[in-house]
Amino acid sequence: MINSTILGEAWGALKANRLRSFLTMLGMVIGVAAVIIMSAVGAGVQQSVQNSISSMGSNLFIILSGSTTSGGARLGSGATPTLTLTDSQAILELDTISAVAPLAPGTAQIAYGSQNWSTTVIGSTPSFFIVRDWAVSLGAPFSDADVRGSTRVAILGQTVVDNLFGDENPIGKMIRIKNSPYLVLGVLAKKGQSLDGRDQDDTIVIPVTTAQRKLFGSQFQGTVRLIIVQAISQPLMDKAEKDMTELLNQRHRIREGADSDFSIRNLTAMADMAVDTTKTMSLMLGAIASISLLVGGIGIMNIMLVSVTERTREIGIRIAIGAKERDILQQFLLEAIMLSVIGCFVGVLFGIGGSMAVESITGLGTVITVGSIVISFSVAACVGIFFGFYPARKAAKLEPIEALRYQ
Amino acid sequence: MSPVISIRNLNKNYHTEAGEVSVLKNINLEVQSGEFVAIMGPSGSGKSTFMNILGCLDSPTSGDYFLNGNNVKNLDKNHLAELRNNVIGFVFQGFNLLPRNTLIENVSLPLVYCKIDKKSRLQKAKEMLKNVGLEAFGEYMPNQISGGQQQRVAIARALVNSPKLILADEPTGNLDTKTSREIMELFASLNNDFGITIVLITHEPDIALYSKRLVKFMDGKIQSDTATHETNIHD
Repeated sequence: MINSTILGEAWGALKANRLRSFLTMLGMVIGVAAVIIMSAVGAGVQQSVQNSISSMGSNLFIILSGSTTSGGARLGSGATPTLTLTDSQAILELDTISAVAPLAPGTAQIAYGSQNWSTTVIGSTPSFFIVRDWAVSLGAPFSDADVRGSTRVAILGQTVVDNLFGDENPIGKMIRIKNSPYLVLGVLAKKGQSLDGRDQDDTIVIPVTTAQRKLFGSQFQGTVRLIIVQAISQPLMDKAEKDMTELLNQRHRIREGADSDFSIRNLTAMADMAVDTTKTMSLMLGAIASISLLVGGIGIMNIMLVSVTERTREIGIRIAIGAKERDILQQFLLEAIMLSVIGCFVGVLFGIGGSMAVESITGLGTVITVGSIVISFSVAACVGIFFGFYPARKAAKLEPIEALRYQ
Repeated sequence: MSPVISIRNLNKNYHTEAGEVSVLKNINLEVQSGEFVAIMGPSGSGKSTFMNILGCLDSPTSGDYFLNGNNVKNLDKNHLAELRNNVIGFVFQGFNLLPRNTLIENVSLPLVYCKIDKKSRLQKAKEMLKNVGLEAFGEYMPNQISGGQQQRVAIARALVNSPKLILADEPTGNLDTKTSREIMELFASLNNDFGITIVLITHEPDIALYSKRLVKFMDGKIQSDTATHETNIHD
């Protein structure tokens, strides 16, 4: 068992060699700080990616209309509106689907009082707020009745509110979209940037029928550019995709083997890939940083070996006056462990400080994980024992006569 | 009462590249409690090897060594360490204090290895420093005091565990005549006043005169073993 008197001797020896102890610890301090900062940066990136992804909504598909061939030229997705509101209603009937929101987006000039602003106007249904996981923070969303009646009502994004109203409460006010008056029913909660950096709050949502009939006046009545679909659960996504393809092929009378006039994109798969990439990245950062932890450990062994040689005479004296092999072994092992554990503790403080510094200098979000602290602490203790054992054993096995004669 | 030291037919050989070298040849010696023995002999006579064996730092090739009634041959390393700790006190020629520890820490060092708590360690060490007249220097480092004072500290360290036997290897070898005399008087009073058994190696006849019994070594054998006052010391 470790006894406190030997612990005191080990501590005394470290204190007696302050500079050397400090320099030895430095390797450990840097190693641990590096691990913590690196993993904090990694976790920060991972979290910001995850936030962006979850701001999109979960278990989502986007069905795009279009990709038709016109006189030999193949047009891109969404070029021709082939999806209709009835398509979206039919998709909702599928038992793998929980919500469907048809989207008819466009750009329009809007005005309130003396202010005006150009923004994206999205025609959709109340399901939009569910699939995008986007709450109406002020007022209320429009209802299915508004969609059926194509009423002129609008839900504003935060950026639009800021630009048109400033500090004024927009609920119940009339704005003009392309010179037609719309009643503001609600304001969307702030969502921030999307993955590609667009401001998601710079938008207005109105009933899809209003957008089609009154605002954009599409030449194909009842068509939408895209449909956002939410599957019931993650495991059902593959089946949901198959069901929708079958259903739409049937509805659009696409012959087997022919090109579909729509395309289905699985957003969750893309999101998973992004998360995987950042995970790999933070793992790699951690691995690189752990090398410095290892180097710090080797530094401790190096100094302990030098220390044993330098203190040969001291060891001889200790043995002569009654120290057992075990006492000497314990003392040198404890010195190594204390160096690495204190070094680790200081390293954790520097790591936390460093992460904060990185955050304030680069603006990159960092997340200090308890895991990284626990791991560095246990690695440091193990490194102390592992790299301290050999020098300590060497000290304990010294021949007392030789050691006493050592100059 | 058994003798403190009892040695029977002890031999010590070393293996060297030139072959087996016999350093100690058939040594027989008994030292009773309370004796003050000086061991003299020229370099290479085997007295240092003998001292190492007495101190349980080295083991004999053959023969028996009973320290305080224990046959050293039958003891393992840990028991030997315990004997060094509570039965023997060492005083070396080069003082052998720990350079980075204060005097009081140096004196209390043997107590560390018999697991005595810090408070009583320091108290006992202080007492010992007082016995050798250095109570005011407790917080000094070894390099801040003179050689004679360092040797006094070393003696205090040897005494701190109340040993039966003090082994002193040329304790005045690094000291001037006046300081040597003071150190020897300290040894003599430890022997007279406290009855501590002392075995001391020296090659200076003047130093040997402080002892009560004189053992002369020559070529690994005991040449003579007499009461000091009966010996013509300058032989």
